[in-house]
Amino acid sequence: MCAICGCGAAGHHHEDEGHVHGQGEGPVHVHAHGGEAGHLRDHVHAVEAEHDPGHAHGGEAGHAPVHVQGDEPGHVHGYARGLAAGARMLRIEQELLARNDRLAARNRGWLEARGIVALNLVGAPGTGKTSLLEETARRLAGAVEISVLEGDQETDADARRIRAAGCRALQINTGAGCHLDAAMIEGALARLFPARGSILFVENVGNLVCPALFDLGEAAKVVVLSVTEGDDKPLKYPHVFRAADVFVLNKTDLLPHVHFDVEACMTNARRMNPDLQIFRTSARTGEGMDVWCGWLAGLVEGRREVTMEGAR
Amino acid sequence: MHELSLMEDLVTTIEQKVERGRVAAVHLEIGRLSAVVPDALRFCFEVCAQGTRLEGAELCVREVPGRARCRACGAEQEIDLLPPPCACGSIELQVIAGRELRLEGVEVI
Repeated sequence: MCAICGCGAAGHHHEDEGHVHGQGEGPVHVHAHGGEAGHLRDHVHAVEAEHDPGHAHGGEAGHAPVHVQGDEPGHVHGYARGLAAGARMLRIEQELLARNDRLAARNRGWLEARGIVALNLVGAPGTGKTSLLEETARRLAGAVEISVLEGDQETDADARRIRAAGCRALQINTGAGCHLDAAMIEGALARLFPARGSILFVENVGNLVCPALFDLGEAAKVVVLSVTEGDDKPLKYPHVFRAADVFVLNKTDLLPHVHFDVEACMTNARRMNPDLQIFRTSARTGEGMDVWCGWLAGLVEGRREVTMEGAR
Repeated sequence: MHELSLMEDLVTTIEQKVERGRVAAVHLEIGRLSAVVPDALRFCFEVCAQGTRLEGAELCVREVPGRARCRACGAEQEIDLLPPPCACGSIELQVIAGRELRLEGVEVI
């Protein structure tokens, strides 16, 4: 490993003002480091244009861990790449998502204490998330109270649709934001105040990428995919399928009209996440909605029992 | 651009933890299965660091390879985002490493 930049060249050579990596027969890896304290800012990876973008720093072995040795607690010196001149290492060790995860845990506690089942729906724009919720609300009306937090960049169109279906709904507009985070949910919960023993759906911003990373405090993350999007999507968007607990394949009424191999899609999804619980639905014809709604009702029952036990 | 949210939080966290001095470098541990792109992190970090004590600091990313254990036979293997089936034929692979998103420490001058 290169001690200056931490990159993974096998053999390398250092000089004060720059260094060169030779990688056997591979492309030569040239860095130029400036000499001052802030020198690391200036370094150039000349090799990037020659490699695949994702593998610019050479082979697998090159990413071996940098071992840190501390000589006093909290302050660690001797980082393998060498410290900037006059610098001391302050070890922090914190998850990048620490703040979000802390708020998500608080949301989860708040929801669980009230026997509320929160489900975080993620999926591409137009995958039918709102239609699925409208139909779910109609079917569970009178049996389970449902409320919805609607995440969109702009407009309150979805919240109005949900209200028209007989549920309480609050729109969260993220503006330029591409996902909901736990802080947004915390603020929205205080305003929406879902009923005890109810289901709270959080319809995330239509996006198969960013929402995968942010825990909102939900009981389960539900990825929704429609048959018009293609059976290869679990492979193309692996992160969200890995992060999800439940997979709903929607718009199954359109299967006769599109090239979509359901079994291949299921295999792809399980390959990404063997624990996925899978439902097939058509919000339009009602196909599969009984199974989906039965599962939801069961979740609320289970949560109610747990809450009652806790109250005893 | 979820990387932007992460880097906004990161800069705030470090400004709180580092009471004095200038930050010369920030060390992160990023798993290859973590849904975060190191180059995007660097770009967003530079933007978020402007006007703070982190301005001009280098973002050093140590990538952690993905690793999975086969549910059927227990064999472990290094995996990429799209892992091939296990040698035993099973596609049920449990990810055991590669999702790290961690701030290790900072260099302070």
